[in-house]
Amino acid sequence: MSTLSADQIESLSEHLESAELQARAVHKITDDYPDLDFEDAYAIQWATRRRKEARGNRIIGLKMGLTSRAKMKQMDVEEPIYGFLADYFQEAEGAEVDTSKLIHPKVEAEIAFVTKAPLRGPGCHVGQVLAATDFLIPAVEIIDSRYENFRFDLPSVVADNASSSRFVTGGGMMSPRETDLRTVGVVLEKNGDPVEVGAGAAVINHPASSVALLANMLAQRDEEIPAGTLILSGGITAAVAVEAGDNVTMRAQGMGSVSMRFV
Amino acid sequence: MDQNTIQTLGDELYDALRGRKTVEPLTEREPDIRTEDAYHVSMRMLERRKTDGERVIGKKIGVTSKAVQAMLNVHQPDFGYLTDAMLFGNGEELPISEQLIAPRAEGEVAFVLKRDLQGPGVTNAEVLRATECVMPCFEIVDSRIRDWKIKIQDTVADNASCGLFVLGDQIVDPRRVDLSVCGMVVEKNGEVVSTGSGAAALGSPVNCVAWLANTLGEFGIKLEAGEVILSGSLVPLLPIQAGESMHLSIGGIGTASTRFV
Repeated sequence: MSTLSADQIESLSEHLESAELQARAVHKITDDYPDLDFEDAYAIQWATRRRKEARGNRIIGLKMGLTSRAKMKQMDVEEPIYGFLADYFQEAEGAEVDTSKLIHPKVEAEIAFVTKAPLRGPGCHVGQVLAATDFLIPAVEIIDSRYENFRFDLPSVVADNASSSRFVTGGGMMSPRETDLRTVGVVLEKNGDPVEVGAGAAVINHPASSVALLANMLAQRDEEIPAGTLILSGGITAAVAVEAGDNVTMRAQGMGSVSMRFV
Repeated sequence: MDQNTIQTLGDELYDALRGRKTVEPLTEREPDIRTEDAYHVSMRMLERRKTDGERVIGKKIGVTSKAVQAMLNVHQPDFGYLTDAMLFGNGEELPISEQLIAPRAEGEVAFVLKRDLQGPGVTNAEVLRATECVMPCFEIVDSRIRDWKIKIQDTVADNASCGLFVLGDQIVDPRRVDLSVCGMVVEKNGEVVSTGSGAAALGSPVNCVAWLANTLGEFGIKLEAGEVILSGSLVPLLPIQAGESMHLSIGGIGTASTRFV
């Protein structure tokens, strides 16, 4: 049940997008709208997405968030959340990422899916996801909550596009037929130090099940995952804070590595 | 530390092992005990086991993760000896109620050697060259020290807290897997409880084996062809109880399963 008017949704979307574009932290929106629910939150996120498209940005992908059991327990949720990726979120492999455009960035190691066929729920399953996957590629997602100190509740983070900010893909492509994604290992290195390790099963037991869930969640709005979509399937590692001067490398088993520097 | 004290402490730990009872931390009773003394204590404990007919079949490396090194305030691993009595097969029941005190499970890559490795000066390339195969492995650690109240000398004296271990039944040529990034998934009673990858153990399990070969080399001891070497956990330690079952998978290497009774 939505609790907000169309005007309120537009105005909250504008509020959060300005915070993103100006790299400025704000307090969580549920402080002012305590009854704001999931449906309102996604309505705000979709309003932001439409505003970016109207401005000429292309939506090139989607991301899943809160995919680890630990995070779901911490936030007391049953289901992960999703957000969208706009074209300017991408940074090139080896890029210098400008931290002055970000608030308090953190990095997570993920496996990205690139689709070659549409995925539509309900009932989308892992087999369909793997069959519709053109290739997998290592990705570092740079998340950046627009909320002060990364402190938020679930509706607030959904409205804030699931903390999406930047991402880098690179290393080697891999066919989903050539690997067992559950046991693909990753190492996240900050300034040469392996700070986080993990394997694919950290993402709701299998990264492809995260993509299937995404298709099923989108189906509730009568949306699908189009062919050619890049999907960040969820953090395999905990998020690690970064600042100017840091360099980050992620290695993924069988898929090489991807790096970036923060300036 | 004098020979008598070493023998007494080694015997005490041996009795604790056999009797499933704990002893007070050695470091509280002998505050001056050095790590080198602790290794002599562990050797005495091992002698007693060998006298009972147990045969040494390999070695284990412990304290390889940053978290455990920070907890024990040390910057290097330790090691212990593996005997035939500690080894269990894939899928077998592990008699933890009968044999262990406060068991915890770790997931590791085991190396089986085809050539001796004699340090010092052993390189990673030599470790790989001397490796016949790698295998998935559970190590069930246990402490004969009360409530796991261990400092580095306590765990060293207690055979690096070794309990039992389970080898999977797949072997993989080390040429076929990047050990520094192979992923590990550990499930308890069907639920994924932790994941990790090779870099969790000193940056790579290969580094751990090279460390052991070089450390033992200083004492004139070599790693021997045919030995199994447990290279250190890739996931955090997990307390276990009778009635539980565990499964682990390592990307590109295989799986191991066990049930605790």
